Amino acid sequence: MKKISTGNKAVAEAVKQLVPAVVAAYPITPQTEIVEQIAEFVSSGELKSRYIAVESEHSAMAACIGASITGVRTFTATSSHGLLYMHEMTNWAAGARLPIVMANVNRSLGPGWNIWAEHTDALQERDTGWLQVYVSTVQEAYDATIMAFRIAEHNDVLLPVMVNLDGFLLSHIMQPLDTVDVGDFVPPIHLPHAIDVKNPRGYGGLTGPDQQFRFSWDIERSIRDSVKVIEKTQNDFAKRFGRKYGFTEDYQCGDADVVIVAMGTLGKEAEVAIDLLRKEGIKAGSMRLRWLRPFPKLDLKGKQVVVIDRDYSFGRGGILATEIVAQTKEDVFSVIAGLGGQEVTYEDLADFVRKRRMGEEFWFGVNANV
Amino acid sequence: MDTIPEIPKEEYILKCTSACAGCSDSLALRYVLKAAGPDTVLVVPACCTSVIQGIYPNTAFNVPVYNIAFASAAACASGMSNAFRAAGKKTNVIAYAGDGGTLDIGIQAMSGAFERGTDFLYICYDNEAYGNTGMQRSGGTPLGARTTTTPTGKTDNKKDIDAIIAAHDPPYQATACAAYPQDLFKKVAKALTFRGPTFIHILAPCPPGWRYSTEKSVEMGKLAVKSGMWVLYEREYGKLTIGAQSKAAIKKPIPLEDYLAPQGRFKGIDPKTVEILKQRIAKNLAKLTAEEAAS
Repeated sequence: MKKISTGNKAVAEAVKQLVPAVVAAYPITPQTEIVEQIAEFVSSGELKSRYIAVESEHSAMAACIGASITGVRTFTATSSHGLLYMHEMTNWAAGARLPIVMANVNRSLGPGWNIWAEHTDALQERDTGWLQVYVSTVQEAYDATIMAFRIAEHNDVLLPVMVNLDGFLLSHIMQPLDTVDVGDFVPPIHLPHAIDVKNPRGYGGLTGPDQQFRFSWDIERSIRDSVKVIEKTQNDFAKRFGRKYGFTEDYQCGDADVVIVAMGTLGKEAEVAIDLLRKEGIKAGSMRLRWLRPFPKLDLKGKQVVVIDRDYSFGRGGILATEIVAQTKEDVFSVIAGLGGQEVTYEDLADFVRKRRMGEEFWFGVNANV
Repeated sequence: MDTIPEIPKEEYILKCTSACAGCSDSLALRYVLKAAGPDTVLVVPACCTSVIQGIYPNTAFNVPVYNIAFASAAACASGMSNAFRAAGKKTNVIAYAGDGGTLDIGIQAMSGAFERGTDFLYICYDNEAYGNTGMQRSGGTPLGARTTTTPTGKTDNKKDIDAIIAAHDPPYQATACAAYPQDLFKKVAKALTFRGPTFIHILAPCPPGWRYSTEKSVEMGKLAVKSGMWVLYEREYGKLTIGAQSKAAIKKPIPLEDYLAPQGRFKGIDPKTVEILKQRIAKNLAKLTAEEAAS
């Protein structure tokens, strides 16, 4: 069914169709519309979930953990400081192998109180064992949320999945949305280690140095296995619903000499920049990174890479640039742009490509000229 | 009318726990689980009970135990209870936390869970310090008690968590102590008959923390009640009933010094502090007696 929707409402729409038994969430700008919409669905009876209006994000994730371990589907949503506040519990969720799905509306971190888009919030969760996908359109927010449940709950994965959408730039903009009948695309959840009072077990108790590393390795093994599950899920989604997604979304990359790599809405904006550059005779392409964890093998051989980071690791560099250099062992032109919602147009992106200086870092708006 | 309950023979705490000798938390939990029965899940934040279970892959508890981060027992239990109830299951969800996880770091999540009317039992076993990490002060440490972070004695009063819980107006709340196992058993069994949040606060004398010899845990619990330092009562839909043992103590208390003297944590406590403790006991007993008379 075709409609017009915001990114937030698209996420809520997908959640409605997947019917989590428990949704526990705490409101935060710019995520609020997701939880308001879900609360509305629950109160009108359209969604048969239990909505727990917890008193904090820490408790939101703890409540999802408590619900999930009984073997039911769970969902939450947050943003920025909310995500940071639940950080202790995001680690717990992954370590406990619970397939919780969470939408995170990417927003910068205080101080100051800035409610606009930035990826540093989610990237500070990079090493927790969560799978992370970044979306760029309202339709993709909806589709990725549906797929997130199937991937998280797959018995070769059993890890939580975070769907990231840019604050305001995607959470609050209106675009066409084609909703689908999910049907049996996401099978019923079966958690093999669910609590069973007839077979009492201890969960997460004291664990010695002779055992703890086994659990860490088990998470890593499942993240590696998740690559195939993600591929199959995305392929099945394309066959069934006609929309194709990969680990990256590549645009004019084939013959490109220079490629922009970015995540989220800037990754989509880059396609417009590529059209502009191609008209000027510059053989440019763009590669929008969708999955940050598991980090995919990127086909960038022989190309100059301009990485756009809407994030930063102080004392080190753009996080995406650092990840890419670690994999390709090649210099990139690292652009730090869009922090705290700083406006970045396709013309700016084209300019970064035109004036690239490989091996260097450039802070948009700080350094006078590219 | 007081009756003697039939306490089931089934044991849910198996042999070979890693509890300290004389641990009254283990004794309390033994009766809690006997009252709750096998259709029960314990949610345990960081506390002595995290350790007592034993080390992976073994567990000494014969009910499912979900261990969770320090601040989040009530929130985790809240999600679990909702999931069970949504599935039509009546499984008892018991958050079982120490005084640190209840009075201090976990108070926000607990307050939230009570305010939301979560269908669960929250038990705080209170050994009046952070026992698991080697006896640092908590909000539950009484005035004058020495801990590793109050080496000359605590200069602040014990936080009145029961009054805080009462402010949430739960259908049932009680205090207990493993020195009175039948009273504890009955209160747990009763708490689990209510829908909504219920609370039991158990005083848990701790030999290494309070510095008394290990065979005296039951005696210490009785001295606490007899001196009025700990009061046994229950509050059902707002109606307060003080237990017979505490009523006797109100009529004719033993000297507070009899309770303090066997404990190394009160060694060298100055007489002025003892006087303040006595005044606080008297004030608390008067308050509870007046409330009982009015309700």
